[in-house]
Amino acid sequence: MLLAYSAPELWSIFVMQGFSGLSLFSVLLLMALGLAIIFGQMGVVNLAHGEFMALGAYTVYLCSQLVQNHAPALQPYYFVIAIFVAFVAAGLTGLLVEWSLIRFLYKRPLDTLLATWGLSLIMQQAFRSTFGAREVTPTLPGWLMGSFKPTPSIDIPINGVFVMGLTLLLTFGVWLFMYRSRIGLHMRATVQNRTMSGAVGINTRLVDRFTFSLGCAIAGVAGAAFTTIGSTGPDSGSRYIVDTFLVVVFGGTASLLGTIASAFGIAQGQSITEFFLEGTMGKVAILLTIVIVLMLRPKGLFPSKVRSA
Amino acid sequence: MKNIYTRIFRGRSGLTNLGLLALLLLVVLPVALPIFRLNLVGKYLTYSFVALGLVMLWGKAGVLSLGQGVFFGLGGYCMAMFLKLEASDPISTKIQSTPGIPDFMDWNQLTHLPAFWMPFKSLPFSLFAVFAVPMLVALIVGLAMFKRRVGGVYFAIITQALALILSLGIDSRQGYTGGRNGITDLRTLWGWDIRAPHSQVILYFVTCFLLLLCILVSQWLLSGKTGKMLLALRDREDRVRFSGYDVSMFKVAAFCFAAGLSGLGGALFVLQVGFISPSLVGIVPSIEMVIFAAVGGRASLYGAVYGTLLVNAGKSLFSETFPQLWLFAMGGLFIAVVVLFPDGLAGVCELLRKKIGPGLEKLRAGRSVTIVESLAKGEKP
Amino acid sequence: MSSRTSFLLSIEDLTVSFDGFKAVDALNLYIEKDELRVIIGPNGAGKTTVLDMICGKTRPTGGSIKFNQRELVGMAEHEIVRVGVGRKFQTPSIYENLTVFENLEVSYPQGRSVLGCIAFKRTSKILERIQKVAEEISLQDYLEVEGAFLSHGQKQWLEIGMLLMQEPELVLLDEPVAGMSPAERELTAELIKRICKGRCIIVIEHDMEFVSRIAHKVTVLHLGKILAEGSMADIQQDSRVVEVYLGH
Repeated sequence: MLLAYSAPELWSIFVMQGFSGLSLFSVLLLMALGLAIIFGQMGVVNLAHGEFMALGAYTVYLCSQLVQNHAPALQPYYFVIAIFVAFVAAGLTGLLVEWSLIRFLYKRPLDTLLATWGLSLIMQQAFRSTFGAREVTPTLPGWLMGSFKPTPSIDIPINGVFVMGLTLLLTFGVWLFMYRSRIGLHMRATVQNRTMSGAVGINTRLVDRFTFSLGCAIAGVAGAAFTTIGSTGPDSGSRYIVDTFLVVVFGGTASLLGTIASAFGIAQGQSITEFFLEGTMGKVAILLTIVIVLMLRPKGLFPSKVRSA
Repeated sequence: MKNIYTRIFRGRSGLTNLGLLALLLLVVLPVALPIFRLNLVGKYLTYSFVALGLVMLWGKAGVLSLGQGVFFGLGGYCMAMFLKLEASDPISTKIQSTPGIPDFMDWNQLTHLPAFWMPFKSLPFSLFAVFAVPMLVALIVGLAMFKRRVGGVYFAIITQALALILSLGIDSRQGYTGGRNGITDLRTLWGWDIRAPHSQVILYFVTCFLLLLCILVSQWLLSGKTGKMLLALRDREDRVRFSGYDVSMFKVAAFCFAAGLSGLGGALFVLQVGFISPSLVGIVPSIEMVIFAAVGGRASLYGAVYGTLLVNAGKSLFSETFPQLWLFAMGGLFIAVVVLFPDGLAGVCELLRKKIGPGLEKLRAGRSVTIVESLAKGEKP
Repeated sequence: MSSRTSFLLSIEDLTVSFDGFKAVDALNLYIEKDELRVIIGPNGAGKTTVLDMICGKTRPTGGSIKFNQRELVGMAEHEIVRVGVGRKFQTPSIYENLTVFENLEVSYPQGRSVLGCIAFKRTSKILERIQKVAEEISLQDYLEVEGAFLSHGQKQWLEIGMLLMQEPELVLLDEPVAGMSPAERELTAELIKRICKGRCIIVIEHDMEFVSRIAHKVTVLHLGKILAEGSMADIQQDSRVVEVYLGH
């Protein structure tokens, strides 16, 4: 297979696949970040996480429609604002979901799994009923289109770079928040020792609510980013949910670094194998590899070393 | 004799449950429904094999698998491969460029039968494979996971990944597996036409008998110490380990048992419905099968059957009349079963029995004091 | 001085560290048959960790644990149990949904594999044994009661009973009288002294009065190392022990 290409061709392929891999990496990482917070930190399995991502994407689409119909002059500027709106919309929905459903199920992880699957069905149907079954795309601002070509055979799409930039920003933001802010401290404290946290005056219920909403809000941003590289349909969320969970589990649920490394490895691996094996077979190969590795190292690449009581 | 009465039939209440189900499946439904609908019920019953397996695995042993579709599919594909080969004899396929091989292989320019298809020319092997292949896969996965103490949510996610892997794998290899369309156009089982209406009725009854048999076998397995062990395991896995039991082997055994049941269900599905495709193997059907078990009551064997029938009947009805609403209802059902009715139908029955039961007892004992009078006196009926 | 090979349990150079923190540091411990050793020490001294390592719950990072000349390090928990080691946990760990009878039956050392369970028959031999053990732990009138409905003290006794069913040679008891009334403590002390015959027992406790009633020999642990070892009287007079743990 590899021998069919000349060396410079191979190099271009690797670079381009590498970049498309980076796009996939960004989406996976953004989804995994939100999930790592909810699952990794709280142990809550949210199978509807993909739908929060879709929610973010649809929000951006709505903003795009609004701007187009009522204020076309704002066209080039609306996108960044739309991302914030997606963040807020997904976060608020997450808040509602936590309050109405999740908080009854904290001690029952398997049940949360089933309940959130039901939620994802409901959300998918809601999307279908509101936006139709066909995929939609927001009108992307001009500065996101096109690509730049460092060499004639290498084509780097700008939207890919934008998404990557957004991902890095958000990852850094999450790290800063979790490890350098007071609220982040409360979050980590509650996760590690709920009773003591409550005893020192942290309102653990509110912290839980906030943690869950934050995870969903980040998924919303993932969805907004997703609109730049693909169209959105009612089941777009379910397309990546298994991958996202595997990313989180593979990286070791307690480690942010692990999540990043795992998302990178999986995305790149998938992108490169997809080119050489036909499409789906590439994905199958990667998934199989991950599952086998997980069977050998169930705690993931960067397991938590804390001794549990 | 008494031993068999208690261990297999579970005494009086067990016999009642068995009798009711047998009555429903073997008498009421065949009489009330036209053959077309009966065939549908037969299809639902094949799903209930999976739900039954889940009751043993999840309800009793506490291990949730979101990938039972894998085993259903493996069993189904084994049976389908045999049937397809039978339908692809050189005479029927003489218009193909390569006669003697299944049509989809011909379309994909294969010139000879792939090696892994060869053994399925034999019926005994295929029947053996229906059980052996799923159970072998379950054994490998189970040993790898349970020996390393992977359980709970992690295990569930990995089974989901396996379902995805298998469905994608089958989908992408059209020449070898029939791809997305699956294996279709199945006609005869050793010369016997499986599509004729009278065959369908026979297959329906065969399915019912096998199902009832599997329930009895499950009950027998659960009677005695094994049932208590599984209860203990679900409650306090650590303590079981420190009582000298190799916990992982129990989970592996439960997983393999559930896989075998699912494989059988898959094979019966193929016989009754006449095809198999990756859409029955992936994530969505696998999770749906969990809901069948959950609605019936995750720890109730009979509940598995009723739950499957109920949810599927509801699905048919709903999607015919309110297609838009169906997914809302399904999603709502998931949530309701988890939050409000964790013990499903079985739990509701139990509740009713507790409320009405004592009253019935009194009537039966011939007490002159009626329930109303005792209420008036302030006693509980 | 008996030779090394006559010890039922010999722990040598046992070390375990968690992320750099040495919970147990090059520990040496030798216990003979029929001995009742009590391990005491302040919290965090490593007492429970030592028991965890003997029964296989935690893997040591160095050293060896030999029971009847057989190396326990590296064996799986259930294998260690089958070799004759029984552990009682700090918080009562019984099967709440099973009756006292069933709790004891399940602990009987037979039919512990999957096939063994399916083929298990409740013989009269087993019934006798359950009856005997139930009397030992004063629960003979509670055989049909579900574990969840026992009092805290009774749960502790049931757990000891479950251990006895296994016929262990080495019994590990982690705070067996925690939460018990003085009367219950007395009964428990008697029980432990009775079952000591033909076995060796390691007890972790904080109640000094209880300890002085049962101990043949006491080991004091501090920061993962042995601080002092000897009879209760010796320990109570050891100034280092008084300073670190017992107080004035």
